[in-house]
Amino acid sequence: MIDLSEVLETNKMVEEENLDVRTITLGISLLDCADDSVDACCEKIYNKITTLARDLVRTGEEISREIGIPIVHKRISVTPISLIGASCCHTTGDFVKIAQTLDRAAAAVGVNFLGGFSALVSKGMTPADELLIRSIPQALATTDLVCSSVNVGSTKNGLNMDAVKLMGEIVRQAAEASADRLCIGPAKLVVFCNAPDDNPFMAGAFHGVSEGNAVVNVGVSGPGVVKYALEQMDRRARENGGREANFETLCQTIKKTAFKITRVGQYVAQEASRRLGAEFGIIDLSLAPTPAVGDSVADILKCIGVEQPGAPGTTAALALLNDQVKKGGIMASSYVGGLSGAFIPVSEDQGMIDAVNAGALNIEKLEAMTCVCSVGLDMIAIPGDTPATTISGIIADEAAIGMVNQKTTAVRIIPVIGKRVGDSISWGGLLGHAPIMPVNTFSSERLVNRGGRIPAPVHSFKN
Amino acid sequence: MTKAIITVVGKDAVGIIAKVCTYLADNQVNILDITQTIVDGFFNMMMIVDVTDTQKTFEQVSNELTEIGKSIGVQTKIQLEEIFNQMHRI
Repeated sequence: MIDLSEVLETNKMVEEENLDVRTITLGISLLDCADDSVDACCEKIYNKITTLARDLVRTGEEISREIGIPIVHKRISVTPISLIGASCCHTTGDFVKIAQTLDRAAAAVGVNFLGGFSALVSKGMTPADELLIRSIPQALATTDLVCSSVNVGSTKNGLNMDAVKLMGEIVRQAAEASADRLCIGPAKLVVFCNAPDDNPFMAGAFHGVSEGNAVVNVGVSGPGVVKYALEQMDRRARENGGREANFETLCQTIKKTAFKITRVGQYVAQEASRRLGAEFGIIDLSLAPTPAVGDSVADILKCIGVEQPGAPGTTAALALLNDQVKKGGIMASSYVGGLSGAFIPVSEDQGMIDAVNAGALNIEKLEAMTCVCSVGLDMIAIPGDTPATTISGIIADEAAIGMVNQKTTAVRIIPVIGKRVGDSISWGGLLGHAPIMPVNTFSSERLVNRGGRIPAPVHSFKN
Repeated sequence: MTKAIITVVGKDAVGIIAKVCTYLADNQVNILDITQTIVDGFFNMMMIVDVTDTQKTFEQVSNELTEIGKSIGVQTKIQLEEIFNQMHRI
């Protein structure tokens, strides 16, 4: 039988250590909404989303109340829209119309983000893919809840450098189109390599074509809980022998904590899918920070032993953290997927912001860190005069890391129009605030303008 | 049977258990087990209860218990037992 100390431990995690389930994301297939007419397509999309996701928010709140653990976000992901609009969209305006329909549907069911205004172009672009990509700046500037992503490479296909070049321009245009709204556009736009089909986290969530009609994916969180467990571990070790805990104890502590966190997500996913009449997809084992104090991945790295994230040893500490979270989490759920790793966004993690301000952390070190954790360069503000080709160069580097290491990588950077290194930007809420970080000013132009594809690496030939 | 766990945490005072138990009896919530300790004047109680027969929704019971807790200056929570089994048992 459950005893008092276990109940109090769980409740302390919630009340003092920011334990929550970060998101229930309902993946909805829109493949049956394709039509010859844009208006008919929009109507089908609106009706399908508002029918299937009608009870999503209420169900999330109900489960949260019953277990006494917050479920922070209720969200939707849809089939990449470049596929759905392929037969009816002949201009970028047509795609913007679909984006606005998605925005209305998301608002109608009360979710706070909807992902899937996406194109998958790791090898080539159809005319519809290119139209959708070119419509992204306008789509993001005229909607509030829609998130967009573009997959420009994969281990199997290599890198589509034409798409990489285009995305550098699109990121800039998205910032310019939303300059009057703190350049919020690119904060809702992710450029991927090896994008997963079942990622529940925004802004990169979309509902892959291999998925069923309606699928519940759950993203767990809990950096605060891991940090607290590590602090307790070191305190106990010091009391007993004067030395800090060794790596074996450290790994064991992270695994045990990850197990508990993941079990909460597993329960929520099963209950939500049962009540919504949708399939249970996966649990995404990610440590997702928020700007709240104590809810930081950077703080865990400090607990492991670096003075600031960015100090030598940071990549090793992150590699260890990421691996132990997976090892503990895999035991707690049979279906693990999505991104599953520690997130290292800058603006959304107070510890990362402090490290940048202290001069400990730069983009190059963040890039190294992305070799050993999920996602990539995330929520990084860069100077507004950064050329599009430089942004494409950053995307190419990050995508190459993903391609060669057979992992997901992504870029979500925000060129803040009118701001320079030394300035900062504040979006508020979950997106947080960020110092403008310096970018290497040597040119990538000749590389980016070559055109064509970077072939798949030799180790992709496994058949 | 749907089992839930009620926790009451706060400064010790006269009649905490009585108030909570009266409410549960009035609403057909059966108490299966009670554990209670006082550490440094702080009252920690956990009850395992069966909520199958109550006429009220879980939300109502939860809100009303929170109100009762407030009226006597303690924090009261009800949560499904299943979540603790999930987290603390392999």
